[in-house]
Amino acid sequence: MHIVVSIKQVPDSAQIRVHPVTNTIMRQGVPTIINPYDLFALEEALRLRDAYGGEVTVLTMGPPMAEDCLRKALGYGADRAVLLTDRYFAGSDTLATSFALSQAIAKIGETFGPPDVVFTGKQTIDGDTAQVGPGIAKRLDLFQLTYVAKIASIDLAAREITVERRCEGGTQKLKSRLPCLITMLEGTNEMRRGSIEDALCAARSRIVKWSAAEAGIEDLTKCGLRGSPTVVKRVFAPTPRSEKAVQIDTAEKTLRDLADELIGAIFTRQPALEPELAFEAA
Amino acid sequence: MSSANPDTPRPPAGRAGMKKELPERFRDYRHVWVFIELERGQVHPVSFELLGEGRKLADKLGVQLAGAVLGPPGEATQNAVAEAFAYGADLVYFVEAPLLADYRNEPFTKAMTDLVDTYKPEILLLGATTLGRDLAGSVATTLLTGLTADCTELDVDADGSLAATRPTFGGSLLCTIYTLNYRPQMATVRPRVMPMPQRAHRAMGRVIAHELSLAEDEIVTKVLGFLPDSQSGTANLAYADVVVAGGLGLGGAENLQLVKSLARAIGAEFGCSRPLVQKGWMPADRQIGQTGKTIRPKLYIAAGISGAIQHRVGVEGADLIVAINTDPNAPIFDFAHLGIVTDAVRFLPALIEAFTRRLSPHSRDKLAS
Ligand SMILES: Cc1cc2nc3c(=O)[nH]c(=O)nc-3n(C[C@H](O)[C@H](O)[C@H](O)COP(=O)(O)OP(=O)(O)OC[C@H]3O[C@@H](n4cnc5c(N)ncnc54)[C@H](O)[C@@H]3O)c2cc1C
Ligand SMILES: Nc1ncnc2c1ncn2[C@@H]1O[C@H](COP(=O)(O)O)[C@@H](O)[C@H]1O
Repeated sequence: MHIVVSIKQVPDSAQIRVHPVTNTIMRQGVPTIINPYDLFALEEALRLRDAYGGEVTVLTMGPPMAEDCLRKALGYGADRAVLLTDRYFAGSDTLATSFALSQAIAKIGETFGPPDVVFTGKQTIDGDTAQVGPGIAKRLDLFQLTYVAKIASIDLAAREITVERRCEGGTQKLKSRLPCLITMLEGTNEMRRGSIEDALCAARSRIVKWSAAEAGIEDLTKCGLRGSPTVVKRVFAPTPRSEKAVQIDTAEKTLRDLADELIGAIFTRQPALEPELAFEAA
Repeated sequence: MSSANPDTPRPPAGRAGMKKELPERFRDYRHVWVFIELERGQVHPVSFELLGEGRKLADKLGVQLAGAVLGPPGEATQNAVAEAFAYGADLVYFVEAPLLADYRNEPFTKAMTDLVDTYKPEILLLGATTLGRDLAGSVATTLLTGLTADCTELDVDADGSLAATRPTFGGSLLCTIYTLNYRPQMATVRPRVMPMPQRAHRAMGRVIAHELSLAEDEIVTKVLGFLPDSQSGTANLAYADVVVAGGLGLGGAENLQLVKSLARAIGAEFGCSRPLVQKGWMPADRQIGQTGKTIRPKLYIAAGISGAIQHRVGVEGADLIVAINTDPNAPIFDFAHLGIVTDAVRFLPALIEAFTRRLSPHSRDKLAS
C-alpha cells in the first residue's frame, strides 16, 4: 500500500521566548523539530507499511530548511520525501495550506501511485488548529477519520478500514473505506528508533522538491496570503494580572495553623463556597 | 494564522491593512448561528456557552441569534431545540434525520453546509470539541471560508466584522484574526473558555426545519459501536466547581495520593500539569491547560505547579486560584489570588485535615446556627 504522511516542521515551542518589548517571537537558536503530534502519524504509517508492505511518502510544505524534518523522517524509515516549497505559499492560513498540500498529494499520487491512506497529526503545536487534516480530506474527497486511537483492521482487497476514534465521552468504532485520511491521536504508539541503514539512507537520499508549478498548482490565487480568507490583524501579549497573589505568611507557624489560615482566607474571599463544600464533603 | 510558515506572527501590514470589501454574493449573509452539539441525547454545555457569547455578538450587530440543531428524530433532539431557546436563541434551524443519530462527518457536514448555503449566516460558532473540530474543518473547507480555532475572545468591530482572538505560540501571545471577504465567519471555542449564561424560561421561537438530502447508502462510514469512558469522573473535570491539581513539585507518583485525598475531602475533581501525564503518573484526560482541559471552577488549588503559560491559559477563568509552591518566584504567583510558599508534600496532609475539621457536620451545624 502507499501511505502519505503530512508532517510539519515547527519551532520547539518549549524553548520559545517572547521579546518583552516588541512582542515578537525570539527564535534565534530555537531548534526546529518535527511537530510532535506528527510522529504518531508517521509511526502508525510505518507500522502499516511493515504489516502490509508498500511505501511511506512523507510530505511537508515549508521553507527550504524544512528539508531537515524530512531527513529525520527518512531516518525513521520513511521511503520517500517530498518538500513543497515556493514563495507563493508564504502566509498561508489553514485553507490555503490544505489546498497546497492536497494538490501535492494528488501529484504524489500521479507520480508514485495513488495513496491508500493519508495521515496527518492531530494538530500542530504552532498553528494548533487541527484543521489542515480535515481540509485535505475534503479537498481530495477522502473519507475523514479524525482522532484515531487505533487502526483495528484493514482489508486491502475489500478496501475497508476499521478504526477506533476518540470522541466526546468515549470511543467510536468506525468502518470506512480506502482511500481515507486519518488524523492520529497522540500517545497511541511510540516512535521507533531508526535503523543504521535508514540513517545512512536518509543522509544520501535525494529529497523531491517541488515548486507550486512542479506540484501542478495552476491557480496561485488559492495559495499563500492571497488564498487565505483569514488575516492576522493584531498580535499582542496577554495583559498580566495587575495584582500578584496575596501570600499567607508562613513564619513561625505550625502547619495546622497555616492550613486553618489558608482555609479562612479562601472562605473570606468566597463565602458561598463553605456551605457548598460542606455539603459535597458530607 | 499562518500555517505554512511557522514564522514570527505576521506584522499587521499587507493584507491586514487591506480594505474589507464584501463581494456581492455575501452581502445578504446575516445573523449569528451557534451549532448545537448533540451527542447521545445530551447537548454539550459548550453550545450554551456559545449561545451566551453569540447573544452578545448578535445584539451588537442588531441581528438574530439562531441555534442549528442537527439530530435524529426523537425527544432528545426536540429537547435540544427547547434548550437552545432557553439559552437565548431567537430561532432554530432544525435538521432531523435518522442518519444523524451518531456523529459521522459526512452527513453532518452535508446538513450543516446545506443550512448555511440556504439561510446564509454571517457568523457560525462551534464548540472546539472532538466533534466540533472534526465538523468545523470540513464545513469551512467545503464553503471555502475562514475558520479561527480555539478562540478565547469574540467581538465585532465597528464595521461589523468578527474579531476572533486566540492564543498563539503556546499562549505566549494572542492574535486577533479576521475573515476578510468571505462568509460565514467561522470560529470554534473550547469548552469552559466562555462563561455559562443564565438559563431562562422562554417560549419556543420560530423553528425552521430543513430536509437532509442524503440517504444512508450514500454514506460510506458506518458506526460499529461506542465504548463510553470507564472513569465517569474524568468527564466532569472541565465542569467541576472545585479542582485540586498537582504538578512535578510533588516529587513522585506516590504523592499524587495527597491531591486525590484533598479532592475527596472537599468533593472536588483532581487534575495535573502536563509532565505528570508524560511520566504516566496520571491519565491524559486529567491534564489541565492549553493541550488539556480548560477549567473554570469557583476554587482551584494548585500544588507544586510552576504556572507555565500553557498551564495558565487553562485555569485563568477560575474565580479563586490558590497556589502552593516552594519557590516564592514561581510564575504561578503572578496569577494566583492566594499563595503559600511551603512544601506541598508536608502541607497537603495538614490542609486535608483542616478542611475535614472545618467541614465536619459538627462545624457545619455551628455555621447554620
Ligand atoms: C506545546 C506545549 C503544550 C503544553 N501544554 C500544557 C498543558 O496543557 N498543561 C500543562 O500543565 N503544561 C503544558 N505544557 C508544559 C508547560 O510548559 C510546563 O512545562 C508544565 O506546565 C510544567 O509543569 P509543572 O508546573 O508541574 O512542573 P515544573 O515547571 O517543573 O514546576 C514544578 C514546581 O513545583 C515547585 N516545587 C518543587 N518542589 C515543591 C514542593 N515540595 N512543594 C511545592 N512546590 C514544589 C517548584 O518550585 C516549581 O515551581 C505544554 C508545553 C508545550 C511546549
Ligand atoms: N505546512 C505543513 N506541511 C505539512 N503538513 C502540515 C502542514 N501544516 C499542517 N500540516 C499537517 O496538518 C496537521 C494539523 O495541522 P494544524 O491544522 O496546523 O493544527 C499537522 O499535524 C500536520 O500533519
